[in-house]
Amino acid sequence: MSVIGNTALSFSEEQAMLLDVAREFCRKKSPIAAVRAQLETGSGYDPALWDEMVALGWTGIALPESCGGSGMGMATVVPVVEAMGRAMLGTPLISTTLAAQLLLRAGGEGPMESVLADIAAGATATVALLENADWGESRITCTLDAGGVLQGSKKFVADATAASLFVVVIEHHGAPALAIVRAGQLSGDAISPHTLIDQTRRSASVNFGGVAVAEGDLITGGAVVTALRDLYLLGALLTAAEATGSAASCLDTIVDYLKTRKQFGKLIGSYQALKHPTVDILTAVDSGRSFIYHAATLLGEGPLDRDAEIACRMAKAHATETLLYAGDRAVQFHGGMGFTYECDAQLYIRRAQWSQQQYGDAQHHRKRLASLLLD
Amino acid sequence: MSISKQEAKDFRDQVSAWMKENKPADPGFLLPQTFMEVGDERQLEFLREWQHKVWSAGYLGMAWPEEYGGGGMERGYQAIADQEMRRHAVPICFNVIGLGWAGPLIIDMGTEREKARYLKGILSAEDIWCQGFSEPDHGSDLGNAQTRAVRDGDEYVLNGQKIWTTMGNFARYMILLARTNPDAARKYDGLSYFLAPMNVPGIETRPIRKITGEYGFTETFFTDARIPADCLMGEEGQGWKIAMQTLQYERGAEAGAAGGLMMVRVTIDDMIEELRDVARDGEPVLKDPVMRDQLVKMIMEEKSIALGDRRARVPALTSDYPHSLMLSHKLRTTEMTRRMRQFAINLQGAAGGLYVGDPEARQGGFWQRAYFNSFSATIGGGTSQVQANIVAEHILGLPK
Repeated sequence: MSVIGNTALSFSEEQAMLLDVAREFCRKKSPIAAVRAQLETGSGYDPALWDEMVALGWTGIALPESCGGSGMGMATVVPVVEAMGRAMLGTPLISTTLAAQLLLRAGGEGPMESVLADIAAGATATVALLENADWGESRITCTLDAGGVLQGSKKFVADATAASLFVVVIEHHGAPALAIVRAGQLSGDAISPHTLIDQTRRSASVNFGGVAVAEGDLITGGAVVTALRDLYLLGALLTAAEATGSAASCLDTIVDYLKTRKQFGKLIGSYQALKHPTVDILTAVDSGRSFIYHAATLLGEGPLDRDAEIACRMAKAHATETLLYAGDRAVQFHGGMGFTYECDAQLYIRRAQWSQQQYGDAQHHRKRLASLLLD
Repeated sequence: MSISKQEAKDFRDQVSAWMKENKPADPGFLLPQTFMEVGDERQLEFLREWQHKVWSAGYLGMAWPEEYGGGGMERGYQAIADQEMRRHAVPICFNVIGLGWAGPLIIDMGTEREKARYLKGILSAEDIWCQGFSEPDHGSDLGNAQTRAVRDGDEYVLNGQKIWTTMGNFARYMILLARTNPDAARKYDGLSYFLAPMNVPGIETRPIRKITGEYGFTETFFTDARIPADCLMGEEGQGWKIAMQTLQYERGAEAGAAGGLMMVRVTIDDMIEELRDVARDGEPVLKDPVMRDQLVKMIMEEKSIALGDRRARVPALTSDYPHSLMLSHKLRTTEMTRRMRQFAINLQGAAGGLYVGDPEARQGGFWQRAYFNSFSATIGGGTSQVQANIVAEHILGLPK
C-alpha cells in the first residue's frame, strides 16, 4: 500500500457556500482594527459578534438536527474556521465545537441532546484536557472521589473565562471518563487566566476541586476512549485550518508591503531575496489548503479511520510550520517597522507560536505519522 | 464509439500477460529513466529493440492511423497499454521526441508525403528524432533563435549552433527551428520550421558529458549544411507558430502522442522499499527517529503535490490565486524530486559514497545518478529561480 495512497479531496456546494459566507462575514465584521480592539479585553471577543455567529448557525454546523444543529458534519466546520483564521477572529467557536463533538461522540446523540441543544443555541463550552504542557501525556490525575466530587485541576483550558460549560477529562475506575461542569459550579477563584503569547486567544488554569458531579453529568464507557482520540485529531485539524487561514492573510500582508515599500529607489518586492521566500510561503499555504480539505473529506460520520488520522496529522504538521515561517518572514521583511507592536506582523508571529503548540506540534505529529506510515 | 468495460478488461488482461511474458531481463547495466539519459550504444540498442518489440506487438501508436504504421484504434486502448507498462515497470519507449512531439505534429499539420515518410520509422524506432530549438546564448528565449537557413535553389543552407540536443548523436531527423528572414519586423516572423535530416555533410554533433559522467545531450553545429528544400514544414515564417504547437505536445496539453512509457516514475514508496534493509546504529535505518522525521516530511511533500493536483480541479478552493497550483507545479515537483533523491543517498550510510560502476553500489548507483540527473528538471525548461520569479510576478503580482 502506497504511503501516498489516498488523495481524496471533495468539496460540496454547501461547503463552498459556507466558505463564501464566512469569508465575507469575517472580512466585514473582523477587520484588523476590530481584532486589535480585543487584544487586551478579558474575554478576547465581542459578545454581540458571537451572537451573530450563533444566529448564522455556526455553533451547530456539526451537530445533529435533533439537537438543533444542521447536521453538516465537521467537514463543513473546516471552511468556517479557515475563514476565521484569515481574519484573525478569535471567539470560542473552536473550543465550543470541540467540546460539543467530544460530548456527542462519547455520550451519544440521545443522552446529550439537551446539553448539545444549548450549545447549538449559543452556550459557550470548552474541554478541560491538559494537566501539564505535554500533548503526548496520557496519564490523567483529575478524578472523582467516592462522594462524586471532583479532585484536581487543569491547565491550558481554552476560553475558560468565557465558557458556560466545561467537559472535564478525568480518570474514573481506571478508565478515562468525562464530567460536565457548569461555570456556576466553580468557586470564585477557580479560574486563573494565563498570559498568552497570542493576544487574540484566552486560556486559563482551572481548579475543579470540590465540584460535585451529578450522575447524569458523568460520561463513562468505551466510547470515551475513542472520542478522546478523535478529539485530539479534530483539534489538530481545526487548529490547522485556522493556521492555514492566518498564513494566507499573513502572505497578503507581506505581499502588500513588498508592493508598496521602496528602498534604494526600488520596490522591495523586486528583490529576489524577498520574492523567492514569499513564493515559498505561497506554495506552503497552497499545500496547507490541500491538506486541510483532504482531511475534511475523510472525516465521515463516526470514529476517524486510519486515513483520516493520517490526513489530520499531516494537516497539523504542515499548517502550523507554514504559519511559523510566514510569521517569522513577515516580521523580517517589514524591517524596522516589523519590530514594532504597531505592525500587524506581530499578530501573525504570535499566532504562529500559539498554534504550533495546540494539539501537538509538528514533531509530535510526524512522530506518530512515522509509525503509521513506516512500520 | 467507446470501449465497453468488458472490452477494456479483456484488453488489459491481454496487455498484462504480454508484458509479463516479454519484460526484458535486467541487462546488467543501468537503464535510462528518461529519454534524456541515453548515453551509449549499449543502452540505445537495448531500448531500440524494446520499443520495436512493443510496437510489433501492437501496443504503441495504437491510435495513430493504420496506413502509417499505427493501430487505427480508440485512444483509450493506448491509455490502458501505458498503464500496464507502468505497472509492470518495463523499460521506457525512448524515441520520445518522435513519439510525443514530432509525430503528433506531423499527423495534425503535416502533408501526406511527410506522414508517409516519417511516421512509421518513429514507431518502429528505426528513426530516432531529436529537437533543435535551444541555442547556447538563448537558453530560454526561443523566439530569438539565430541559426540561419538560407534558400539556395532547391536546398536550404544551414549555419549556426544548437545545444542540449537530446540523442543528437543517434538521431536521424531533427525538428529544427531556424531563421530564414533576419530582417522580419517581428523576430518571431523570421523563423521557419524544418524536418531536417542529420546525416548530411556540415552537421556535426559533439556529445556533452553530464555531471553523472554520462552522455545524453549533444551540441549540434551547422556549417554550410545543405538540406533539401522540401524539409521545410509549412511555409517560411511559420516557424514560431509550429514551434508553439510542438510545445503544446511537449507539455502534454494536447493529445496525440503515440504512447508508451516515457519515463520511469520514482516515488517515495520506491525509496522506502529499497532502503528497508539499510542499517544505522545497528538497527534498520527506518527505525532511526531522526531519519523517520525526515522521511515523513518527504512523504508529506510528495503527498501535497498529489493533493494539489486534485484541489486545482475544485474551483471553490482555488479562488485566491486561481492559477498558482498550475504555475508553481514544475517548481514544486522538480525541487521535491531533487531533494528526495539526495536524501536517498543520505540514507545509505557509507554506501552513499559509491557510484555507478561500483559492484557494491546500491541498485547500481541508481539514486546517485538519479540525484544528479534531477537537475535537468530544476534547470531545464526554465530554472527554479526563473520559475519562482514567474510565480512571484504572475501570481502574487510582485514587481519585476
